[in-house]
Amino acid sequence: MEVGQMQRQWVDYTKSLVFEGFLDGQFLQLQQLQDENNPDFVVEVVSLFFEDSERLLNDLTFALDQNGGVDFKKVDAHVHQLKGSSSSIGAQRVKNCCVAFRNFCEEQNTDACLRCLQQVKQEYCLAKNKLETLFRLEQQIMAAGGSIPMIELSF
Amino acid sequence: MAITSDAQFHVLAVDDSLIDRMLIERLLKTSSFHVTAVDSATKALKFLGLVEDDMRTFDTPSVASKFHQDVEVNLIITDYCMPGMTGYDLLRKIKESKSLKDIPVVIMSSENVPSRINRCLEEGAEEFFLKPVQQSDVNKLKPHLLK
Repeated sequence: MEVGQMQRQWVDYTKSLVFEGFLDGQFLQLQQLQDENNPDFVVEVVSLFFEDSERLLNDLTFALDQNGGVDFKKVDAHVHQLKGSSSSIGAQRVKNCCVAFRNFCEEQNTDACLRCLQQVKQEYCLAKNKLETLFRLEQQIMAAGGSIPMIELSF
Repeated sequence: MAITSDAQFHVLAVDDSLIDRMLIERLLKTSSFHVTAVDSATKALKFLGLVEDDMRTFDTPSVASKFHQDVEVNLIITDYCMPGMTGYDLLRKIKESKSLKDIPVVIMSSENVPSRINRCLEEGAEEFFLKPVQQSDVNKLKPHLLK
C-alpha cells in the first residue's frame, strides 16, 4: 500500500472512532499538540493512560472485592482518577462509564458498581485495541516515509 | 546599549495527575511559555520559596525569597482536586503571602461546580478552567500576565 492510501486509511479510521463515540474532540486536540519537535506526544500520553488505567482497574477490582465491606470513598477516588485521565485523552466511552460508576458509588450500591466495573473494563479494552490499531497505522505511514495528516476539527 | 531578550513568561503548573501535567505543559509550551510542573501544592510552595517550617509560626518570605530570587514565576496554574493540599488551599496561601499575592493564579477542575468556581474567583483566582484544558483556554492567559 502506498503512503497516500495509508494516510487516507488513517484519517478514515480516526473519523470512524470519533463517529462511533470511542474518541472525542479531545483526542484530536492532542494530535494538534504534536509536531516535529514532539513527534511522539500522543503515543506517550496514551501509553501513560494505558498504564494508569490498568493500575486503576486492578485497584477497583480489589476495592470492590472486600467482603468485609466496600470502602466507597476509595472506589470513588479511583473512578474519579480514571474519569479524569480518560477525559484528558478523549476516551469518551470510558469516561461516560465512569460518570455512571460514580453515581452508583454515591448510592453505595455494590452490585451496580460491579456491573459498572465490568463495563468500564470492556470499554477500556475496546479503546485500547482501537488506539493500538491507530498507532500501528501511524508507524506504517512513517516507515514508508510519510507523515501523519492533520485532521480538521469540523467534519 | 540595553539588550532586551525575549521575555518568556514562566508558568508554574501544579497537578497530581501525570497525564494532565504532560498535557498542560505541552499546551503552555505551544504558547511559548517556560514551564515548571510539580505534582503537589506542597512542592509548589517549596518552589515558590514559601516553606512552612515547624520551627516558624509565620512565613518569612523575605528570608525565603532571598534564596529564590532566580526563580521568577509569572503565573500559577493549579488543579483543584489534589490529595493533601488542594488547589484552593494553595490559592489562599499564595494570596495571603506578601511576596506572592500578586502572581496571577488559575484553577483547573474536571468538575463543573458553580459554588467551587465562585469560591475560587472570590479568593482571587483570575480564571477557572474546566478540564480538559483547551488551547483556547491557554490563549486567555497572556492578558493576565501583561497586566
